[in-house]
Amino acid sequence: MDYNWNWSVLWDETYLGWLISGVQWTFAVALAAWVIALTIGIIVGVGRTLPSKPIAFICTTYVEIFRNVPLLVQMFLWYFVVPELVPQDIGRWMKRDMPNPEYVTAVVALGLYTASRIAEQVRAGIQAVGTGLTSAAYANGFSVSQTYRYVLLPISFRLIVPPMTSEFLTIFKNSSLALTIGLLELTAQSQQIAEYTFQGFEAFTAATVIYICIALTATLIAQLLERHAKIPGFVEKT
Amino acid sequence: MKLKRMITIGVMGLGLAAPVAAEDFTGTLAKVAESGVITIGHRESSVPFAYLDENQKPIGYSIDLCMKIVDKVAETVGKDLEIKYVPVNPKTRLALMANGTIDLECGSTTNKLSRQQQVEYLATTFVTGTKLLVRKDSGISSVADLGGKAVALAQGTTNELAVKAAVKELGLDVKVLPVRDHAEGMLSLETDRVDVYATDHILLFGLISKSKNPDDFEVVGDFLSFDPYGLMVRRNDSAFELVGKAALADVFRSGEIDAIYSKWFDPLGVPATPLLKASFTLNALPE
Repeated sequence: MDYNWNWSVLWDETYLGWLISGVQWTFAVALAAWVIALTIGIIVGVGRTLPSKPIAFICTTYVEIFRNVPLLVQMFLWYFVVPELVPQDIGRWMKRDMPNPEYVTAVVALGLYTASRIAEQVRAGIQAVGTGLTSAAYANGFSVSQTYRYVLLPISFRLIVPPMTSEFLTIFKNSSLALTIGLLELTAQSQQIAEYTFQGFEAFTAATVIYICIALTATLIAQLLERHAKIPGFVEKT
Repeated sequence: MKLKRMITIGVMGLGLAAPVAAEDFTGTLAKVAESGVITIGHRESSVPFAYLDENQKPIGYSIDLCMKIVDKVAETVGKDLEIKYVPVNPKTRLALMANGTIDLECGSTTNKLSRQQQVEYLATTFVTGTKLLVRKDSGISSVADLGGKAVALAQGTTNELAVKAAVKELGLDVKVLPVRDHAEGMLSLETDRVDVYATDHILLFGLISKSKNPDDFEVVGDFLSFDPYGLMVRRNDSAFELVGKAALADVFRSGEIDAIYSKWFDPLGVPATPLLKASFTLNALPE
């Protein structure tokens, strides 16, 4: 390979600034989307397990739609198609006057997509508690909401900490797709540095290292959380 | 196979052509001679330089010129070549060239000295510059009118730098939407997300001709940059570069360039400028 290596571009004030701003946008997208994903994901996940058939059906539909359409397509749909479907005034507002349209669209798209995945984790967690405890709760005269509040949710939320960790890591990685709708997050900034300086390999290496650092930090925190949330006897760890 | 070899030997014996044995080639030529495959990097929406036709096959002015080079390469290495197409965009083209994925880039790439630190260019095939594409009723006629407007710019292009510099010089407040490609820039303009898409003026004509309502759009403003296009090859590979240069010189010298030019630019109503014609003449080097 014939290539002029020059790592110093990464310490150039302008390009370092771009990388830092990219990291900030990556965090801003991932964390905001995570809040949406958690909120909706828990509601939908619980909804799928409820005895009420219509609610379970609506929640299942949500999961199947958002989980089965590729995230990239969803980003494009939210960004380019939705503003054309709503009334013209709102569409124009979405395209022009909405503050940070790329950011808002990316957060909504990523949040709703991840919500469908979290909903599945929540559902699995609730089902893992087992029918024994659920039946016991009902037999003791608990209402549906009491069964969830006092039995199912406290146990299942602690059970699903490990799979939620990987969802949390995934949302950071998926946030890079926001670059396709013009958000200058970490990947986009490294591509921009590559194009301005023609030092693509250095820029992408920097982005890779930063993503790995984010992932390792999140994993470390998650492990502490896992140890804390573990229910002795429920999930045996050897 | 045997017959082919006999013919080759025969031809060599006649002294009409002297194909060199594969081991004598270096760099890209050696790679191509050994594998029988040449990889072309092409743009997907740079009308009329390199874009996809109805069958998703790359066509265009730059592609036609590249085919001339491929013919010359095939002649040099003495075998038929299989052509592999790899789509590239402004952000990937340099890296894919440097790491050896593509052997020849056929698109609409501006030859810049800073880029020559990583890649090499063949003779200039077109000369253009940055202009603005707007809706006819937008009231924008030059960069000075951009205050408060939204502009789509393809990330990593010379146009991005040119527009940003011009806007900064005039002290205007402009909202910039970074887009990936010309198609996305045009989509942003068509869906009214931005007021302006700025890129090389010739590409703007191409985008208008491909749009759903060509009458709604116009190209305005002065040239904001000087963009000579060149086909891109790998750096430090003068043997391959020479084949490319020779192929283009043949095309320029024989006047074949006029037919190729007309084929792609007449539909857009863009005649060759005296500057471009001069460039063709200067690069029509004698054998």
